[in-house]
Amino acid sequence: MKLAYQSLLAGVALTVSSLALAAGELNLYNWGNYTSPKLIEKFEAETGIKVTITDYDSNETALAKVRAGGHGFDLAVPSHSHLPIWMSEGLIANARVDQMPNFKNVAKEWRNPDWDPGRQYSAPWQWGSVGVMVDTSVYNGDINTFGIILDPPEELIGKINVAPEMNDVISSALLYLGGEACSGDKELLRKVRDKLVEAKPKWKSMDYGVIEKFAGRDLAASLYWNGAAFRARLKNPDVRYGYPVEGYSLWADAVVLLKDAKNVEEAKTFMNFIMAPENAGLMSEFARYANSIVGSEAFMPEDMATAPEVVVPEEFIGAGKFYPTCSPEVQKMYTAIWTELQK
Amino acid sequence: MILRRRSFVIKRMPGFTLLALACFFALYMPLAPLVVYSFNEGNNIALWEGFSLRWYQAAWENQLVQSAAIRSIVVATIASIIATVLATMVALATTRTRPYRGQTIIYAMVNQPLVVPEIVTAVALLILFALIKQATNYHGYAYLVIAHSAFCIPFAYLPIRARLEGMDRVLETAAADLYATPWRAFKRVTLPLMLPGIFAGAMLAFVISLDDVVITEFVKSAGQDTLPTYMLGQLRRSITPEINAISTVLLGISVLMVTLIFFLSRKKTA
Amino acid sequence: MSKTLAQQESLEAQAQRKEVKRNLLLSTPALIVLICAASGPLLIMVVFSFLTSGDYGGVKWEWSTEAWFQVAFYRDIFDDTVSIADAHLSILWRSVRLSFLTTLTAFVLGFPTAYFIATRPPETRNIWLFLVTIPFWTNLLIRTFAILEIIRNQGVVNTFLLMIGAIDQPLDMLYTDIAILLGMTYVYIPLMILPIYASMERFDFKLVEAAYDLYASRWKVMKRVILPLVKPGVVAGSILVFIPSLGAYVTPRVLGGGKNLMLGNLIELQFGQGRNWPLGAALSLTLLAIVMIALIVYVRSAQKQGATHDS
Repeated sequence: MKLAYQSLLAGVALTVSSLALAAGELNLYNWGNYTSPKLIEKFEAETGIKVTITDYDSNETALAKVRAGGHGFDLAVPSHSHLPIWMSEGLIANARVDQMPNFKNVAKEWRNPDWDPGRQYSAPWQWGSVGVMVDTSVYNGDINTFGIILDPPEELIGKINVAPEMNDVISSALLYLGGEACSGDKELLRKVRDKLVEAKPKWKSMDYGVIEKFAGRDLAASLYWNGAAFRARLKNPDVRYGYPVEGYSLWADAVVLLKDAKNVEEAKTFMNFIMAPENAGLMSEFARYANSIVGSEAFMPEDMATAPEVVVPEEFIGAGKFYPTCSPEVQKMYTAIWTELQK
Repeated sequence: MILRRRSFVIKRMPGFTLLALACFFALYMPLAPLVVYSFNEGNNIALWEGFSLRWYQAAWENQLVQSAAIRSIVVATIASIIATVLATMVALATTRTRPYRGQTIIYAMVNQPLVVPEIVTAVALLILFALIKQATNYHGYAYLVIAHSAFCIPFAYLPIRARLEGMDRVLETAAADLYATPWRAFKRVTLPLMLPGIFAGAMLAFVISLDDVVITEFVKSAGQDTLPTYMLGQLRRSITPEINAISTVLLGISVLMVTLIFFLSRKKTA
Repeated sequence: MSKTLAQQESLEAQAQRKEVKRNLLLSTPALIVLICAASGPLLIMVVFSFLTSGDYGGVKWEWSTEAWFQVAFYRDIFDDTVSIADAHLSILWRSVRLSFLTTLTAFVLGFPTAYFIATRPPETRNIWLFLVTIPFWTNLLIRTFAILEIIRNQGVVNTFLLMIGAIDQPLDMLYTDIAILLGMTYVYIPLMILPIYASMERFDFKLVEAAYDLYASRWKVMKRVILPLVKPGVVAGSILVFIPSLGAYVTPRVLGGGKNLMLGNLIELQFGQGRNWPLGAALSLTLLAIVMIALIVYVRSAQKQGATHDS
């Protein structure tokens, strides 16, 4: 029965794709190098909708462009921290994701996130964490702490990189010193500033592109994202990813329908499409981050389904949290600290 | 013959040829790893894992990167032509003339795109063009072309101006004395004399447009990624040798063009 | 007699009016493009610099001079004391210093190269020029990564120096000011070579010959004959290298390892994660004002000099 249904679907897809031009188009605005070409090919073949991908490099750029209007995009993929801003500024249309057929595949813990209660607006894309990468052939002590970066052991000094992300760096330092991300506690922020200023001379760089530097053993530690740590380990088996026990932040990117979208039906078709396990599997296979779809593991490469960078080990789950964007006042202090740090 | 040899000696400056050749070496040496890693088996731009053509195949199959590369070249070509023509006109209007009211303002306006960091123009253009895009519902390439033309103008203008500044008026005056119309005098006398400046300016404008990231990132509409914005998007994740492959192809095309021009110009002189 | 003089004067005035009209006509198309996509949008930034920053980027339409205050002064986030914004000053100083060194290096390498090209046989000069620009067919990011690649610890430069025994352990160049300097020189050197070439190409070597006949040394010929005549090209090249270096963003970020900000990065920060657009606008207008004043002073003095030469 299921097989018959599938072949019927395939048949429909084929006829549809031969009418591709008539079937409409879709403009997706996504982070660069984040959209699996296979996923898009499959979507185009099944629906006949022609997808145009345009890249952005930061949440700030994406927000600025979408807010300015006249962009021509139908879907965008902001991070959870920015999603409430997009909503409050009225940039997102309610796609009723919770009523889409494939919503049943979304894992329970992802059905009602703080940043999109009831999950009506956003379809899950991928998620990950901010932690530390360490080359254990250089240092083999405890790596599950931001102390690796902020109070580095002797072996690591001068071989440390920090992702040039103001929010991630300062929030991590706040967590390390016993606060919460985006805390407005001035005493604590002063300590954060002093700690960062003290630690900075022990760092080598504040840069992206760490995978090749871990592979070439130019770096031995970094504050970075889990997906990169996973890819670095495939190049250099000594690389491990630490989940700081004092607390670390999680992030999730989600697909939203823009208010001024022209291709609303096509956009909704895409949102539903990516919630199917085999498609979510394709997504993760390409970008190497986890998704939120039950059953997608079966469609991922073997090495991913068991990777400790992708599947958070039980004992560290509790320490990870999703933090919203900081309030404007706190953001000002973040910027002041960041400027002070790099003057 | 003797004269030629003499003039050769006169032109020689000790150490200059050596420095010039060192400069050419320095220009090309960093490109060697780029080309080499485009043949890398591994998916990494810094770690050699064996020879393979897989990245050329990947680039060949990757519609996104290909169309981005072509888009970059098309925009750069159109924008640099516009910028060079406009810059030539302004250069004629601001050099070798009696000082007039507004001259300094024109000079300042022409050079202004140099002075403002790209991000500032980018954000301002984003806001301005978004209004126009909404009002006209036109999302085409005109925005990119006009933005690129604008910031390329000073790069074309300064070499042309430098060329003009030292040019004597004598020949043009002579042409006028021979009852040549101003247009003819310009076409036959001034323009040929300006040509090296125009050529230099056009080439600068072209490469500057080819390089632009930030303004393009903010001005582009859906589906208008250029090679630099495509790369910018990859920066956070890690750049693949696909980019090396496509850059090597671009280098190849430019070398081919130079060779072509070389043989064509030789034919003409021969 | 006096009548003819008056007539002549009016003729003169007429010619001058005609010339001004021609000049303005010639400038109009470029000015239109510039107003649409450069100077015009800048007015938006002038307005922004007097507004309040929006909570999540952008601006609120509330009048404020806070941004201009922040350019020069720093209000301590912890105890509200006001002091000179030393972070901004040290960033400005680093940018000026590095841009100056970049311009100097580009000149030292670029001038002989332009001279070399200008003294080739005429039919091959364009080929040499093309050879200068070919590396620039790869974009800025690619070129910056190429530099990163050759100066890292296991890169070509260190490997070579180790091989010939000039050093016994790799030089740590990556993520230093030296790296930024090398990178910016590499990225901007055609901007120096091409204008110098453009003004040198028409150089009449008979002048050099005459100077030699007067027993001038090569150095004197260079200083007294060649340099003054190609000065416009040198000035153009220096402007084209120095000013973009001041606002450079990609190269310092990649090669400097992002540890130290330059002006371009500081301004970018305000429009990005810093979410302080008015400050970004005010900072860039300050930069604009400083550079423009310097440029105009230069042009004015050059005009005066030109005028005295003519008369």
